[in-house]
Amino acid sequence: MAVYLFWFLVFPGLLFMAAAGGLLSWFDRKITARVQFRKGPPLLQPFYDFFKLLLVKETILPAQGSRFVFLLAPLLAVFGAAMAGLFILLPLFNIETGFRGDIIVIFYLLTLPSFSYIIGSLASGNPLAAVGASREMKLIISYELTFLLVVAAVIMKSGQKFDLESIIAAQQAGTPFIGSISGVLLFIAALFCIQAKLGLVPFDMPEAEAELASGIYIEYSGPPYAMIRLAKYIMLFILPAFIVALLMNGMTDGTGILWLILKILAIVLLVTLIRNTNPRLKIRQASSFFLIWMNLLVVIAIVLTAFGL
Amino acid sequence: MGFKEFCFRKSLWVFHFGGASCNNCDIEIIDCLTPRHDLERFGILLVGSIRHADVLLVNGSINRRDKDRLLELYNQAPKPLLVVAIGACGCTGGIFAEGNTFAGPVDKIIPVDAYIPGCPPKPEAIIAGIVKLAGKKG
Repeated sequence: MAVYLFWFLVFPGLLFMAAAGGLLSWFDRKITARVQFRKGPPLLQPFYDFFKLLLVKETILPAQGSRFVFLLAPLLAVFGAAMAGLFILLPLFNIETGFRGDIIVIFYLLTLPSFSYIIGSLASGNPLAAVGASREMKLIISYELTFLLVVAAVIMKSGQKFDLESIIAAQQAGTPFIGSISGVLLFIAALFCIQAKLGLVPFDMPEAEAELASGIYIEYSGPPYAMIRLAKYIMLFILPAFIVALLMNGMTDGTGILWLILKILAIVLLVTLIRNTNPRLKIRQASSFFLIWMNLLVVIAIVLTAFGL
Repeated sequence: MGFKEFCFRKSLWVFHFGGASCNNCDIEIIDCLTPRHDLERFGILLVGSIRHADVLLVNGSINRRDKDRLLELYNQAPKPLLVVAIGACGCTGGIFAEGNTFAGPVDKIIPVDAYIPGCPPKPEAIIAGIVKLAGKKG
C-alpha cells in the first residue's frame, strides 16, 4: 500500500512530474525567447509563478455560478493529469508492468484535464469563459478521434497488444515504430494532437489572450489557478513521454535514461517551434485540419501498417 | 524577505490599463516586452485577465469615464496588488490636470506603489522603475 502511495505522490508521481514539467515549461519559454532573440526567464521561473499563485495571491470566487464546481475543477485536472502520468511512466521507467488494456485508461484519463477546464469555466458564469469552453469542446471533438486512431494504429503495429509495457517491449525487440513510413506519419499526427491537447498556438483558441482575455481561465485566481498551471506543467511532461512510449522505443537499458531525456526534449522542442512559427487558427480551420487532413494521414498510416510498411 | 515575498517579487504579472492616453506611453510599455529590453528575464509577463495580475499598470490621464472602470478593475483584482502610474498624465495629470473632464491623477483614485514620470518615459526608465518595485519592501 505504502509503495503505491509513494508511486502516486513522489516518484514517478505528482512531485516528480511537477518538477520535470516545470523544468520543461522553462525550456519551452527559454526556446521561445531565443527564437525571438530575447534572453528569456531564469531557470526556476515556472516554480516562482506556481508558488506565487499558491501561497501569495487571493482566491476570488464568482458571485454568480457554482463555487463548489468552480473550485473542484482544477483539482480534477491535476488528478487526471497525475493519474495518466502514473500509468504512462510506470511501464516507461520499467518500475511496474501495467495491466491489460491500460492504454485505453490512459487515453480516457488524458482527456480529464480538458473536460475539467470546460466544467470549471462554465461554472464561473463568465460569458468570455463560456465562449472559451465552447471552443474547447469543439477542439476536443476535433482532435480526440485523430488521437484515438493514432493509438489504434500503434496497437495494430505492435500486433494487437493493449498494454503499454508490451508495446514498448515489441519496439525494443524489433525496431522503433517511428523507423517506418507509417510510423513517421503517425508521429506527425500525434505531434499535432499533443499541441492541441496542451492548448498551445496554433490551437490556443480556448484561451485566446487577444480576444477572450485568457478565455477558459479568465475567472481563476490564486491557488485554483496554481492548480491549473500545475496540470499544464504535468501535461507538458507526460504527453511527450506518451509519444516516446508509443512510437520511439521507450527507455532501453544502460544509457537509456539519457536517450529518454533527449527524446522528450526533442519533442518539446518541436512543439515549441510549431507554436512560435504559426498564428492562431480559427476553430473551423482547426476542426477541418484534424477531422479531414490528420485523420486522412492516420488512415493512410493504418493502411501502410497493414501492408507491413 | 521570506519565501512568499521572494516568489511574488520574482514573478510579477502585469495587467495594462490605458486611460485617455495619447498612446505614447503604451508604445513605450510594449517596447519593454520586445527583444531589445525583454522584461521576461525578470519574470514579468503581460496577462489578459485582471484575475491573474500582480501589477496594475496605469497610464494616460484618467477622465470621469475611466475613473469607474479603474476602480472596478482595482476591486476585481486579487490582492496583493501593486499599482504603477506611468507617464506625466498618470503621475500628476500633466497638461490635462486642469481640464474639464479630468478626474484626478491615479493616486487620488487608488493607492499607487510606484511612479514612473516622463512624457513618455523611456523604456529604460520603466525597467528601472519595475526593478525598484521588485526590490521594494512590501
